[in-house]
Amino acid sequence: MFDGLQRVWETFFDLDLIGQTLPTLLRVGLLNTLLLAVLASLIGVVVGVVIAAGLMSSKVAVRLPCRVYVDVLRGLPHILTVYLVGQGLPLAGVTLFGENTYGYAALAIGLLEGAYMAEIFRAGFQSVEKGQIEAARGLGLSHLETLRFVVFPTGARRVLPPLTGQFILVIKGTALVYLLGLTAGQREMFAIAQDTAVLHASLSPLVAAGLLFLAITVPMTYAVNAWERRLREGRQDIAADTASDSANDRDRALAPQGTG
Amino acid sequence: MTTQTTSQTPTARGTSVTFEHVNKRFGRTQVLHDICLQVPGGQTTCIVGPSGSGKSTLLRCTNRLEEPDEGRVLLGDTEVTDRSANIDAVRARVGMVFQNFNLFPYRTALDNITLALRRVRKLPAEEAAERAREQLASVGLAGLEHRRPAQLSGGQQQRVAIARALAMEPEVMLFDEATSALDPELVKGVLSIMRDLAGQGMTMIVVTHEMRFAQEAAGQVVFLDHGRLIEKAAPDKFFGAPESPRLQAFLSAVT
Repeated sequence: MFDGLQRVWETFFDLDLIGQTLPTLLRVGLLNTLLLAVLASLIGVVVGVVIAAGLMSSKVAVRLPCRVYVDVLRGLPHILTVYLVGQGLPLAGVTLFGENTYGYAALAIGLLEGAYMAEIFRAGFQSVEKGQIEAARGLGLSHLETLRFVVFPTGARRVLPPLTGQFILVIKGTALVYLLGLTAGQREMFAIAQDTAVLHASLSPLVAAGLLFLAITVPMTYAVNAWERRLREGRQDIAADTASDSANDRDRALAPQGTG
Repeated sequence: MTTQTTSQTPTARGTSVTFEHVNKRFGRTQVLHDICLQVPGGQTTCIVGPSGSGKSTLLRCTNRLEEPDEGRVLLGDTEVTDRSANIDAVRARVGMVFQNFNLFPYRTALDNITLALRRVRKLPAEEAAERAREQLASVGLAGLEHRRPAQLSGGQQQRVAIARALAMEPEVMLFDEATSALDPELVKGVLSIMRDLAGQGMTMIVVTHEMRFAQEAAGQVVFLDHGRLIEKAAPDKFFGAPESPRLQAFLSAVT
């Protein structure tokens, strides 16, 4: 029993090795991970919103391709998608990013995360009450204006929590860039950890990387939650306020009407 | 079907609304049967009837939130039901107030009002805000411009919704059970605004369960039952000497 614990400790928590790995992780990996994650997330959000709008279209010719996109990209193993985009595009002569693995990796991860985000956005947009849409159309706003000024602002706030989960998956998904081959300076956190792990036949460097992933994702989750709460509105001091306004409401109702 | 009705030109008193042989089905259920109704400009027409009688559906045909299957709806001289008509332009001439307020939850009271002023009326931001402030003040909400709907009571929310509709300077106002979702003590405030509006000569179509309001504010009262227009009369006659047995039964049940 004690031997077992000892082995686990040595394999995963070799403090020397973790200490050795951390500087490179912080100096090279962290920045690359964040850069990739931000790029891929931006692509994912844009793709997600566009595809979500397509999924809600009443025109089959628009809806169907979007449906296929979501089903295929969510259904394929991510590794295959990364290869298809990262190696397939250059092979096909589409050298958008030249020799830069990063562009392809960000695009691949963004495209596949976009498929997941599309479903999140669609659910959020469709959760917007019909009455709000009727109010907007009733005022004379067009279909597109209603989407832009009424459905999107409400829906986007509602999807923040599930979207945060998706951003976490993007951050962890950046590890897939490894598949496309990287120079030493391009490595993101997981690639660095894996290289070091192989070199030392120990899993401790991966734990070091894991700690850094947590250091990114956990604060981000709390930050987004706090942001979402603030967007929903600072309710704390309002409850009492509203109660007294109801009283005003009553006063006004009972007072003689002099205005007009 | 070519029904020529006598002139519906907007009079000095306001824009009229005309329903001509309006039929509407939801699936197999026919919710409106051949409704013909003239809503004169400058006065209030109240539509009453049991729930499920088609009152709201008829009201919503006015700005085509519901699409009639047959028949025509005219707003002044404009045929609302004309498929080639610019429906957004027609809707901008009609204000609507809903049972559940339907305010935009993430916009302040002021921004709820300025949105359409800026996007539809194309007013500059400053002018839109100014008009919104005036409108909020006129419904007794000065000082609450920057509240979100969730920070307002139901009565206040409905007043913002009325201000939002009025700021567009509509020719016709539609009220779809505007007080049904309110706590009893907040109903009066909203009704008094509606009464003021009626007094100013706004053309209004009001679907309501508030019989006293209908009695006091309406120029004519209409009774709908099972999608049919059963009776239509001036309030005195409507409430004092109802003709059809169904209206008599309805009135004795609700008053």
